[in-house]
Amino acid sequence: MSAKTLYEKIWDEHVVASPEGEPTLLYIDLHLIHEVTSPQAFDGLRLNGRGVRRPDRTLATADHNVPTDPLSTPILDPISRRQLEALNENCKEFGITVFPRGHENQGIVHIIGPELGVTQPGMTIVCGDSHTSTHGAFGALAFGIGTSEVEHVLATQTLPQQKAKTMAVTVEGTPSPGVSAKDIVLAIVGRLGTGGGAGYVIEYRGQAIQELSMEGRMTVCNMSIEAGARAGLVAVDETTIEYLRGRPGVAQGDAYDATANRWRTLVSDDDAVFDAEITLNAADLVPYVTWGTNPAQVVALDGVVPSPDDALDDDEKDTVLRALEYMGLTPGTKLRSIPVDVVFIGSCTNSRIEDLRAAASVAKGSRVHDNVRALVVPGSHRVKRQAEQEGLDTVFIEAGFEWREPGCSMCLGMNPDQLKPGQRSASTSNRNFEGRQGRGGRTHLVSPVVAAATAIMGRFASPDEVTS
Amino acid sequence: MKAVHVIEGRAVPLERSDVDTDQIIPSEWLKRVERTGFGRGLFSEWRDDPTFVLNDAQFAGATILLAGPRFGTGSSREHAVWALMDYGFQAVIAPSFGDIFRNNSSKQGLVIVQLDSSDVEELNQLVKDDPSRLIVVDVERLSVEVPAVGWQRSFILDPMTRERLLGGWDDIGLSLLRGDAITKFEATSVAPSLKGVFDKDGHTLYA
Repeated sequence: MSAKTLYEKIWDEHVVASPEGEPTLLYIDLHLIHEVTSPQAFDGLRLNGRGVRRPDRTLATADHNVPTDPLSTPILDPISRRQLEALNENCKEFGITVFPRGHENQGIVHIIGPELGVTQPGMTIVCGDSHTSTHGAFGALAFGIGTSEVEHVLATQTLPQQKAKTMAVTVEGTPSPGVSAKDIVLAIVGRLGTGGGAGYVIEYRGQAIQELSMEGRMTVCNMSIEAGARAGLVAVDETTIEYLRGRPGVAQGDAYDATANRWRTLVSDDDAVFDAEITLNAADLVPYVTWGTNPAQVVALDGVVPSPDDALDDDEKDTVLRALEYMGLTPGTKLRSIPVDVVFIGSCTNSRIEDLRAAASVAKGSRVHDNVRALVVPGSHRVKRQAEQEGLDTVFIEAGFEWREPGCSMCLGMNPDQLKPGQRSASTSNRNFEGRQGRGGRTHLVSPVVAAATAIMGRFASPDEVTS
Repeated sequence: MKAVHVIEGRAVPLERSDVDTDQIIPSEWLKRVERTGFGRGLFSEWRDDPTFVLNDAQFAGATILLAGPRFGTGSSREHAVWALMDYGFQAVIAPSFGDIFRNNSSKQGLVIVQLDSSDVEELNQLVKDDPSRLIVVDVERLSVEVPAVGWQRSFILDPMTRERLLGGWDDIGLSLLRGDAITKFEATSVAPSLKGVFDKDGHTLYA
């Protein structure tokens, strides 16, 4: 038998049918849904008199729309409220487990799957959300789909799929202290560009990836889509297995060891061949900040705003000029001199317990700058409870951060957490697109520690600049 | 999905690269539970600008969008496709596209035409020279033409997408025909079901 990549192994295990001249029909082990991309899919089922094939392989949570105000506050936006109600009604009608606002297990869909242990190695996982790539950190093939495909999976538990190409992204060596998983993935996206991963499933490899915690691996896989790749993968190892041990979704007790042994085979074979390979050296990596309006527009925190004159061609020059204008930036300006109005710590990229611990370690004993509004939005109620047990909420609140209820929040501003026109944010989220965090808002993507330091200094800063 | 054979119409040149789905339809529009009415939200953050090309009267009623490289990257929102179609677009021509957007388009019958950037630039120029010029996108022959000037290029669609567009097929109906194969697969599947993980109210049974 020829050597296989991890992607090919998972793919081969899920082929329901591969008819000549047609896409492969792939089985989906886990379908995660949320309120935004599902209502039209449920309507489609009703219109066609179809049911949900496997409600027991479908899990729903409210996340995109939920306010992060105290749970006693009503949802004032009637359209948001209606959409959240529709999710609950649809799940009730079709027998799907749902975590509504305030439920003990509610949170961002890509946070709750892993923390509940329902995200597992070797699975195929889909969700109507492009950051579904997050779950690839567990050696699962996980990718985002549109609403028509959500309807397809609800009805059939399968998806017709064309096989992707494979890309190995290897990060060799160990990064310097202060360089986080977020910086690793910003470097990768900067290197590949927003389209460099299109058509590929990326497998992240190398010492720097192996040394990451599961939280860090999720941060890396999360942003695969920002390089155009629908899925990112990390091979299973003991870090994966220890993270999942004892979680509600996995086999309990001794039975877990048999499961874990099966999962240990979920690695690319030594002599497997990838369609493309790139290598980064961890020693070259530094803390990064995005300066523009797409996530590949990355510069070192120590660097300056780039000039359109450095562009490779006219097309890129236009893109740079447009981004500079939108962002209100002048080429040559030091990043560390740029003031920010809002700091957002949250999102499916960076709202896990480890992210909050990292940010809190910087915030402890300091004060948020007078000109800054700083929000901390835990990824889920489980993360929030854990953080509160560790006293992180007190650290943040005493430093002047807002400690909020879980949800997608200001990552995409579908709830009331939005930037005002012209406001500049340092955000631990994944997209700096025009208007993403609110109409006219200017987003810079950073790691949790840079976000916390920036909140305190009132301008882009690293933790070493924060003096208690 | 309605069958699509030939799209014949005028085109509008967007001339912007990296137009992500947040630009196509901002998130404030995603709260709706309906599938129609998204045309009003199309490029809504740019439509206030009177110089934005969609506000240019000479391009009004265009059914083909000429876009730059990496059109439709980012969020998986199918609302982007609904917005383009609700506004009246039937095809998008660009040098490259986001993968999820391309998939979503194929489910709705929005024709995705990928051409070399030099060809897209030529088309931009042809319609800027004369916005009334008709463009013909032929899904059967996989060609794009500007008959008035004899300009013609071929494009590639994967065979299944082309068949589905031409037949107006319902993907789900096709997959449901394989119900036996799905059932057979499920009998051997090792992935656990969520039964036994949560009770009826979504509380976990362990941990």
